[in-house]
Formats: sequence, C-alpha cells, structure tokens
Amino acid sequence: MLLGTLVYGLVNSSILALLAMGFNLTFGISGVANFAYGAIYIFSGFLTWILLNSLGLHYLLAVVLSILCTALVGIVIYYIVILRVKGLALSEVMATFGLGLAIMELFRYFDFVGFRYTLPVFFDGSLSIGEVYIDYQRLIIALIAVGLTSFLYLFTRHTKVGLAFRAIAQDERTALTFGIDSDRIGALSMAFGSALAAVAAIVILPLGTIAVEGGYEVLINALAVCIVGGLGSTVGILFASVLIGYAQTFTANYLEPHWMMLVSLIAIASILTLKPSGLFSRQKELEERI
Amino acid sequence: MEKRKERIDRGIKARSEDIFALSSFREMLYLLAPRAIPVIGLLGATPFLSAYWQEVFISMAVYALLAISWDLLISAGLVSLGQSLFYGVGSYLAGALNYYWDWSPLFTIPVATVFGGALCTVLLLPVLRLRGIYFAMVTLVLPLMISRLVEATRILGGTEGLTGLDPFPDQLIALWLIQLALLATLFGFRRIINSNYGLVVRGINDNDLSVMSAGLNIYWYKAQVLFLAASVGSFTGAYGTHLDMFAGMPGFALDYSIMPVASAVVGGMGTFAGPMLGAFILVPLSEILRALGALRIVFYGLFLVIFVVGLPEGLFPYMQRKYHQFERWVTIE
Repeated sequence: MLLGTLVYGLVNSSILALLAMGFNLTFGISGVANFAYGAIYIFSGFLTWILLNSLGLHYLLAVVLSILCTALVGIVIYYIVILRVKGLALSEVMATFGLGLAIMELFRYFDFVGFRYTLPVFFDGSLSIGEVYIDYQRLIIALIAVGLTSFLYLFTRHTKVGLAFRAIAQDERTALTFGIDSDRIGALSMAFGSALAAVAAIVILPLGTIAVEGGYEVLINALAVCIVGGLGSTVGILFASVLIGYAQTFTANYLEPHWMMLVSLIAIASILTLKPSGLFSRQKELEERI
Repeated sequence: MEKRKERIDRGIKARSEDIFALSSFREMLYLLAPRAIPVIGLLGATPFLSAYWQEVFISMAVYALLAISWDLLISAGLVSLGQSLFYGVGSYLAGALNYYWDWSPLFTIPVATVFGGALCTVLLLPVLRLRGIYFAMVTLVLPLMISRLVEATRILGGTEGLTGLDPFPDQLIALWLIQLALLATLFGFRRIINSNYGLVVRGINDNDLSVMSAGLNIYWYKAQVLFLAASVGSFTGAYGTHLDMFAGMPGFALDYSIMPVASAVVGGMGTFAGPMLGAFILVPLSEILRALGALRIVFYGLFLVIFVVGLPEGLFPYMQRKYHQFERWVTIE
C-alpha cells in the first residue's frame, strides 16, 4: 500500500509538473497570467482527437500537427487579445479568463461530451515494481516530465531564443537595449506555453476521458503548483508539484478521492495568505501585498 | 437671424462635474430624467409584465446587485473573481435557518445579509493585504473550495442541498423587494463613494501607500468596504434561496462570479450605474439566447474579451459623456 502510494504519488507529481510548466513559462517570461490555459489544454486534446478519429491521420502526424496548431493559437491569442491589454494585470486576467470560458463552453456546445473522447495510450501493458502494478503510460508521463524539464533547462541556457526569454524575464528594458523585441518574445513565450500544454494534454489525457470540466481543474492545478512554488520559478515548480502531488495521492488513498481537489485549493489559499510570492520566488514582496 | 449651437449643460454645470446651478424646471429635468426614468420604469412598469418577464427582471436585479457589489470592491482596489462566495454563503445561511429552525423569510433574509457579510469578511480578512491579481486568485478559489468541502463532508444536505424552503407569499412582493433593494444599493453606494469616506476608499485604489502615509488605516477601510459588498452579495443569495425554495452547491457556481464581472466590464467599472446597465443588457440577452444552451456562456466570455480589449471604458461612461454633450440651437443676439 505504502509503496504503491509512493509510486503513484511520483506519477501524480509528474502530471502536476507537466501541467504547470506551460503556465509558468508564459508567466515567468511575459508576466501574463494566462487564465485560458485550461482551455488551451482541452483544445489540444480535442484537436488531437479530431485529427486522429475524424480525419484518420497517423498518430505521430496528428500529435505533431496538434502541438503546432496549439502553439499557433497561443500566438494568435497573444497578438489579438493579450498585447492590447498588456501590463494591466486585471484586464489580462479577465480577458484570458473570458476567452478560456468561451473556448471551453464552445466544445460543450458542439457536444464534445462523453466517454468516446479518449486519446490512445502510447504502449499498452503494465509493469510490476514489487507488488505494485503500474501501466506504461504512467511511466512515460514521469519520463516525459523529466525530459521536458531538462529540455527547458538546456533550451533557456544554450539557445539564442532561450537566452532572450531569460533576458526579458529578468529586465525587459535592458533586454530591449540589446535589440530583443519584447512583443515577439512575449508571443513566443505564449506559443511555448501553449505547446507545453498540448504536450501535457497528449501525454496525460489517455489516462481518462477528455472533458470540458477537466479544463477548470487543469487551471486550478496549474495555479496551485505555480503559486505554491512561486510564479516564475522553475525549481519552485518542481518542488511544489512533488509536494502537492504527494499530498493529493495520500489524501486520495487514506481519506477519500473527493478530497483530492481540495488539496490544491487549500494549498493556493494558505500559500497566498502566508507567503503570497510562493516558497521559492524571487519577486518583490511589495508588488503583491502591502 | 443667425443661430449657433450651444451645449445644454453649459450654465447648469457651475463649477465642476457634480456641482450644479439650476434656474429652471427644464434644467432640473435635464439632470433628473436620467435618474428618475430607471426608478419609475422599474417600480412602475414591471408589475404589468407577464409572469415570465417578471422573473427575468428579478434575475436581472439579482445580477445587477452582485455587479454593484463587485463594483464597490473594485473602487477600493479589490478585484473579486468570486462573487459566488457571497451569494453561496448568504444562500446557505438563509436556507439553513429556514430548513433547520423554520424561520420565516422575514427574519432569515436580514440575518443572512448581516451575518453572511460578516462571515465573508472574516473569511477574506487574512488576504486583505494582497493586491490585485493575488487577491483575485484567492476569491476565485474560495467558492470552489467551499462547494468541494460541502460535497466531501456532506454537511448542509451535501450534493442534494436543502430543498422545500419557504417561498415568498407573492411574486409581486418578491419583485418589488429585489428592485427596491437594487435602487437603494445603487443610490446608497453612489452617495457613499462621493462622500469623504468614499474619497479615502477610492484613494486606496489609486495609491494605497499614500493613503497609508496620510495616517489612515487602509485595512480597516478595506474591511468595511468588503463587509458592505459581501452583505449585498449575501442578501441576493438569501433572496435567491427563498425564490427558488432551494439552497445548494449551485449557489457557489461560476455563473454568479462571471456574470457580475462581465456586467461591470460591459457597463463600465467604478460607476455603479454601469454594472447595473450591464446586467440589464446581459441577462435579457442570455434569456433570449437560452435556446442556445452552453453557447450563452461562450457569449459572456466573448463579451468580456471584446469589452476589456475594445471598450475598456464601458457603455455607461460613454453614454454619460454623450448625454452631457447634447447641443441645442440658440439665436445669436
């Protein structure tokens, strides 16, 4: 029982880390709290489903197309909506929240509800560690979470675009003097964030069905991880996803699955009350509280 | 005989936007009409509507009250994405008092208004120091958390809710009650925000640090504003409970959070009349669109985006400006 909880807790933590990565990337670089994140996640899930089942494309092709399209949607959202209200935190939140709501409910309207909306797993079958059985998909999730984290780490340190990302995140004005276009980088950060959401959706959604309600939960979970870890901090994200992931798994196993969602909500509320910049953030205290 | 154009408000506005010099009934009418028409229209005309449209007007007033309460919070720089917290708390309080102790609506509504407001204030007191988006995130999360808590612990009827509560004796009474409450809140809040007290409240929104350095305790002010707004929200919850004869988890639903924000954004933030106007546009619109089902929420979402991006000022300030720019022809002497 305990071993099982530990293994599944690790998988749950990887899921949370995958979910939070995209949200965190966009926020960390362009400072935009993208409340349409859950909608983008659901969008890419349904898009992949449509490409696979309605158009009958090959799995790999569908996945690549879906990730690219989602990134493109991110760029479009950035130029049409976010850029016009950039810097006004309240307007950004309301505009992206409204947009996310519109996207998700549009899927509900077109009747994308039910058990047939599932994505295929990569490999069937399962593995046993001691007496704990774990399917390959969950292992792949953990591997991809590790892989993506290291990819992002290398990307932001060894490529030109990645360095520009970090420059904008650290000091936008100084970055401008070096000829880095902050609008272009902002749009790219949104594209990367959306693409990460798409990757997360393609990897995680095979575990269950694609549901519109899932979008809200994804947003809450991503927010919980980012707030606990500190918005914009990568180390914080990893730490927070392990913390919340294990907390969720333990509550689900030893209390009741009902309480699982409550863990993230309580985490958000308590961290915002006690230390709103998060456990690992380097942001200034004065910006968020007086 | 040559003529020229003259602004109507010239001569009426003596010194500023809100100090007037009136010398005739026509000039009084110019100021009075935009304020009197909604009052007379609401109280006088709605009883003659069909029962269905009376219900629509009731729900318009409910959302308008929530939107005005949102607007008071925004005047103090508090962004709430969870008006449903106030609605749900008021709803459950009134419902529980009626369900377990058989109190009549005459008592449950006032008690739920005051204690609901106090309860919400206490709940949000620890995060009152947070600014902008951080406060918004807490308010977004709290109603979700409470409804999950109700679901998990199965208190207060759990997912079933409390059913079979006492209704209002008559729909007309219900209609007038909510409309009087709406008008009282609208004009009351407008008065508060233009008083010296309101000046401090708006100052907190503009620059909290300078209000602090003026030696004023901004948390005390914020708490008071929060109590006022939460009381209004709880009132609508208590009212809605007796109207539907039901209190349950839908009280914490996203509808009650997103509609007030959308109304305020469409109507114009910080004007109180604006959010009311917004609710009076969006609610009937959603009634007309009811056949479209989930597409309604899509429209709210898009409205929110379009107005935030395209017309951030809102409809009401725009109309107000145009009204004060009316011109008439006068002969040149």
